[in-house]
Amino acid sequence: MTAAVEPDTTSGSDATVIDCRLDKLYYGDFLAVRDSHVPVARGRITGFIGPSGCGKSSVLRCFNRTNDLIDNFSIEGRVLFEGEDIYADGIDPVAVRRFIGMVFQQPNPFAMSIFDNVAFGLRINRYKGDLAERVEMALRQAALWDEVKDKLKRSGLSLSGGQQQRLCIARAIATSPAVLLMDEPCSALDPIATRRIEELMLTLKERYTIALVTHNMQQARRVADHTAFMGVDIDGGRRTGYLVEYADTQTLFENPREALTREYLRGKFS
Amino acid sequence: MSRQRRDNGNNGDSGGSTLRRSWRRPHTLLSGTLTGLAWLIALLACAPLFSVLYMLVVKGGARLGTEVFTELPPVAFEPGGGFGNAIVGTAVMVAIAAALSVPSGILTALYLREFGRSTRIASVARFCIKTLTGMPSILAGVFAYAAVVLLTGGYSAPAGGVALALLMLPTVVLTAEEALGMVPKATREAAYGLGCTPTQVALKVVLPEALPGAMTGIMLAVARASGETAPLLFTALFSDYWINQLGRIELMEPTASLAVLIYNYSGMPFENQIELAWAASLVLVVLVMLFNAAGRALSTNQGRDRQ
Repeated sequence: MTAAVEPDTTSGSDATVIDCRLDKLYYGDFLAVRDSHVPVARGRITGFIGPSGCGKSSVLRCFNRTNDLIDNFSIEGRVLFEGEDIYADGIDPVAVRRFIGMVFQQPNPFAMSIFDNVAFGLRINRYKGDLAERVEMALRQAALWDEVKDKLKRSGLSLSGGQQQRLCIARAIATSPAVLLMDEPCSALDPIATRRIEELMLTLKERYTIALVTHNMQQARRVADHTAFMGVDIDGGRRTGYLVEYADTQTLFENPREALTREYLRGKFS
Repeated sequence: MSRQRRDNGNNGDSGGSTLRRSWRRPHTLLSGTLTGLAWLIALLACAPLFSVLYMLVVKGGARLGTEVFTELPPVAFEPGGGFGNAIVGTAVMVAIAAALSVPSGILTALYLREFGRSTRIASVARFCIKTLTGMPSILAGVFAYAAVVLLTGGYSAPAGGVALALLMLPTVVLTAEEALGMVPKATREAAYGLGCTPTQVALKVVLPEALPGAMTGIMLAVARASGETAPLLFTALFSDYWINQLGRIELMEPTASLAVLIYNYSGMPFENQIELAWAASLVLVVLVMLFNAAGRALSTNQGRDRQ
């Protein structure tokens, strides 16, 4: 934590929490994403939609430097969190991830008890207060408390898929991150569980800023305040994604500026 | 399975109209024959274990009693006696070996899988460990003789422990590495996403999840080490006395072990000693089987937990 910066998450005059100014994103010498400048507004849900291979997950994974775990990854451009470039020299990615939490496509609870799953991030951060209280709060916010309050000692893996995903959300918000990144959080879930997670997102945005990648454009329409639509160039089998259009969700879905967006929304390609 | 079904379909198209299994079809006959053959060979593979067990129960079972576990080996022409000191000796040396090989083996596996995965050091180390797997066990004894016996000036339990540790190490490393590899990538990502350093990811998340799998390897290694004779011949030798003499635990003295007792007594011309060797063999095999069963139980428990 030596190089950790303390971003000022309270002063809310600037409405943009994460300002993504990504110019190029490479895996090795393969250009996966180009020219994608997207702001993520404070206290709002920003959705990323687009066909498969358009790099929406890759962009999201830049927001807390999860891409660093992939060998050969590099970017050109900047990703500003509260005005500070998280890819600048001297930035500790571990510290970045403590402010920007992530929920993944596949529910991935740890093989430990429900309580320990939620308490994990707090323990890593050497949280000094009442652990049980924070765990309960996180589970309540994730709308899971009533289902698990009597079996907190049971393994997190014993829960159903939808419950596991809400457990992962509770685990991510237990440390009160400034931003919650959600990478297709419902794609492994059934419609009922999906509905619950969507309702949950709408209540969570009162406290957290959310960036949501989804393959389901109706989901973006239902929950996102702003939506970024990404397209993909296919050049000899290599796919390079780029931002086509960013607007508030209603405008993007009802009156898109770009013809490509219109075609995608009409289901001409996916 | 799917190929078989497709074959049947083809057959139905070309000649017969039936969907029923017929032993006249060549591939059905071949499949049946091979299945039968596989059964037979599997049975053959079990035969040595069961015949050995049968022999041991018949020859060693009669001699088995409480005194075998509590008494010292008899001298020539003396009736009765047991091999309690050899059981204790084996346990002590295997414990020393485990204390040496388990921590270092798990740390090695962590390095190979988590921290230095694609480095040159890791690939060299992995190659060395795989070579060590096939090393003749007597060479482990020679190594421990040079490294411990000559250095400390005598045969001892730690010398035997070092030799056994060398034999356990590759099994521990390779199974632990495999168990670490089984932890899903998503779990690591989740841990990183919560702001873990690489060390925290490895020690707090990945290692605990891999531990049951690694335990299986440890149990197999313990089972193998407790049956080894050759490495103990130059290192621990044998002793007719308890490891604690006059109220003190004498680790730096020659130490008895079941395997060496069997080796020594089976060649003796005395009926009593030969009977004891049979009984010791039975005890040793049962111990090895218990360790193997414990390893299996741990790995199946893990499987259930995952679901």
